[in-house]
Amino acid sequence: MSKRKTPGLNTGAMSDISFLLLTFFLLTSSINTEQGIPRKLPPPKTEDTKDKKVDINKRNVLNVLVNFRDEISVNGEVIMIGDLKAKAKEFFANPTNDPSLPEKQSKAIDGIGDFAVSKGVVSLTNDQGTSYNMYVQVQNELQRAVNELRDETALEYFGKKYEGLDSAAQRAVTLAIPMSISEAPPIDYGSNGAQ
Amino acid sequence: MSRFRKEGKKETPELNMGSMSDIIFMFLFFFMVITTMREATLKVRFSPPKATEIQKLEKKSLVANIYIGAPLSKNENTLPPGEVSVQLNDQTIKSEELVKEVQSFIGTEKESRDAQDRDRLTFSLKVDQNVQMRYVNTIKQELRKNNALKINYAAGKKNTD
Repeated sequence: MSKRKTPGLNTGAMSDISFLLLTFFLLTSSINTEQGIPRKLPPPKTEDTKDKKVDINKRNVLNVLVNFRDEISVNGEVIMIGDLKAKAKEFFANPTNDPSLPEKQSKAIDGIGDFAVSKGVVSLTNDQGTSYNMYVQVQNELQRAVNELRDETALEYFGKKYEGLDSAAQRAVTLAIPMSISEAPPIDYGSNGAQ
Repeated sequence: MSRFRKEGKKETPELNMGSMSDIIFMFLFFFMVITTMREATLKVRFSPPKATEIQKLEKKSLVANIYIGAPLSKNENTLPPGEVSVQLNDQTIKSEELVKEVQSFIGTEKESRDAQDRDRLTFSLKVDQNVQMRYVNTIKQELRKNNALKINYAAGKKNTD
């Protein structure tokens, strides 16, 4: 057999095709990732839980109310959205063991040891006319308060921020600083219908 | 000039296109991997509120979207008093069929996932920031009744102040 040179393949057309595909994916793709504030709804009411009244000490509850004008009150005191985080943080941490702030219960947590876990619960009530934006802002501020406390606890016990911990340590910190928000059924005054 | 021409009587060398198509393919795979086909065309206006403490959802395939916002066209079904639409899949739902529609939506979304993934299915509420809470509350109540408890309030990133 004579030694023939293999003819050079013309790859120009291939690059045309891949360009076409590329432009197609460029146009159809949307890079926006799913992100937001994750929450868990309470399980649906059953016959057992219907009559059960939970007795929570008044000092353990932070009443956050948002009305239809997007004004916020915390335990009867009107505040601005910027002050909510500090309020919530003080409520959950209770550094001075103030008798008007929530009780703490010592619990043994793996990886941390005994930790005084706050019994505080935020009770969030919104009006039917509250704007969704304000609702998310309130949820965000509460989450921020908890996240900062978790970071502080993580730094104290593990020497790292919450984000940098492994999942076991994260679970321990989550147990130490629980996020407890209870949503009361919305009230409806003021705005009748949409405005 | 003529001197140059005489000397340079070479043909222009052919360009090697092989590596270009490599690069293009790389781009192509990158976009194929990151892309998600928008499964529904938006029928409502949706500009998410901004928040700082947002988290990315683990798996896109385990997310079902519920859009709530002002309708983009006049022909859409709205909830009373007629300023806000709720969109599931491709359609806005009629207010009188809300309970049934939400229920069947949750049912089909759960059925299309594997059994072990069903509990991890997240319902992402994509709500326009100007919507009043009454609509969100209605949907939340329906979700709760149907045992779809993992929800997500979709929000955009706000830089920390």
